[in-house]
Amino acid sequence: MTDLLAIGTRKGLWLARSEDGRRTWELGEPHLLAQEVAAVCVDTRRSRPRILAGIQYGHWGPTVMWSDDLGASWQETESGAIRFPEDAGAALERVWQLRPDSADRPDVVWAGCEPHSLWRSTDGGCSFSLVRGHWDHPHRPTWEPGGGGGAVHTILPDPASDRVTIAMSTGGVYVSEDGGQRWEPRNLGITAPFLPEPPEYGQCVHKVAVDAADPDTMVAQNHFGVFRTEDAGRHWSSIADGLPADFGFPIAASPSVPGTAWVVPLVADMQRVPPAGRLRVHRTRDGGATWTESADGLPDGAWTAVMRDAFCVDEDDPTGVYVGTRDGCVYASADEGDSFTLVADHLPDVLAVRAVRLP
Amino acid sequence: MSVQVVLPGVLADLAGGSKHLELDPDGRTLADLLDQLAARHPQLGRRIRDETGRVRRFVNVYVDGDDVRFSGGLATTVRDGAEVQVLPSVAGG
Repeated sequence: MTDLLAIGTRKGLWLARSEDGRRTWELGEPHLLAQEVAAVCVDTRRSRPRILAGIQYGHWGPTVMWSDDLGASWQETESGAIRFPEDAGAALERVWQLRPDSADRPDVVWAGCEPHSLWRSTDGGCSFSLVRGHWDHPHRPTWEPGGGGGAVHTILPDPASDRVTIAMSTGGVYVSEDGGQRWEPRNLGITAPFLPEPPEYGQCVHKVAVDAADPDTMVAQNHFGVFRTEDAGRHWSSIADGLPADFGFPIAASPSVPGTAWVVPLVADMQRVPPAGRLRVHRTRDGGATWTESADGLPDGAWTAVMRDAFCVDEDDPTGVYVGTRDGCVYASADEGDSFTLVADHLPDVLAVRAVRLP
Repeated sequence: MSVQVVLPGVLADLAGGSKHLELDPDGRTLADLLDQLAARHPQLGRRIRDETGRVRRFVNVYVDGDDVRFSGGLATTVRDGAEVQVLPSVAGG
């Protein structure tokens, strides 16, 4: 039984393994060294797990690479896995998100990119097609880039239907009920303090996660505010009461326990560090009605931040929780966030973490 | 027509391990030369230019010692016997 933790950083990818039920971890040597890995996923639907990495070669541009042998070798499509068609008049800037679809769609992988664009692969991530219904949306010219760039950074395909939910900074939450052909904004109730009036769209939603209870229930970490919907995004209400700060980048929901989710609050807007420099994960078990601070194993004096994809949960029982920081530390919890252990430190800025149990 | 292309070591693997390539472009512009380079070595082509055809921001191309950003860009004339050098710019951290 091997648990694998993929750690994407500003200067490469690291893989950590646990052979003892996530109690201890062994960190391997760097892969793709000197290349930014802002997006990573481990696709366990295949006979051999595939690691997909959205990389930035620095001077030489972005692309997607993959490994079918857990990092021993890496491949990329000759002409590039993600290329804007000529009539789009755009060039890929960065891959922000790589998301395998459900087990029923074993070769479908989604990618969210900068500039704001959504991509779909039907060959396991070797090549992607631009989702035209999204790219041609009349709102697109008015989606502004946030501080990190304008991108689709969250993709949530519903395994039981053709619904796809995405989030963009900025742009907010958009939902397609037909697999990506038509899209509508669903942001009612999500605030946008950087605009004079709450807009229909244009919010800076940092991350969205689906509750284990049903696909209509989701939670969102916003650029100020934590929100919950029970009607697939048509209405959102605040669940930030009880948190020390309502700003943050990531949010994750338990894949198995309804109402359970985690956030990492940051003081904002300018500082963007943990309150009083104490890195803490906050967990709700009741859909956001109350929050409990997790401190065991997490540091004080941590004037750092956790990026939106440098936080994840696994699908084990009990759920594992993983935190990567901008100062190159990675913490893992095998008990739903009750306690954390240090997996790695002194890495480059951690941009993405993903954890799976290898089949 | 013969043009010598000089690559940085980090890109040589994408050109069969060679830092020096000899090309015979169909046209006489830098764009023509880079088109031929990309046709022979697609991954190398993508490192130098994005899918709109623009030279990437942190890639510098010199034709006979002149930075094309300050001359004719992709329309720069490439003469028979020219040397075209590709270099990464001063960037990173």
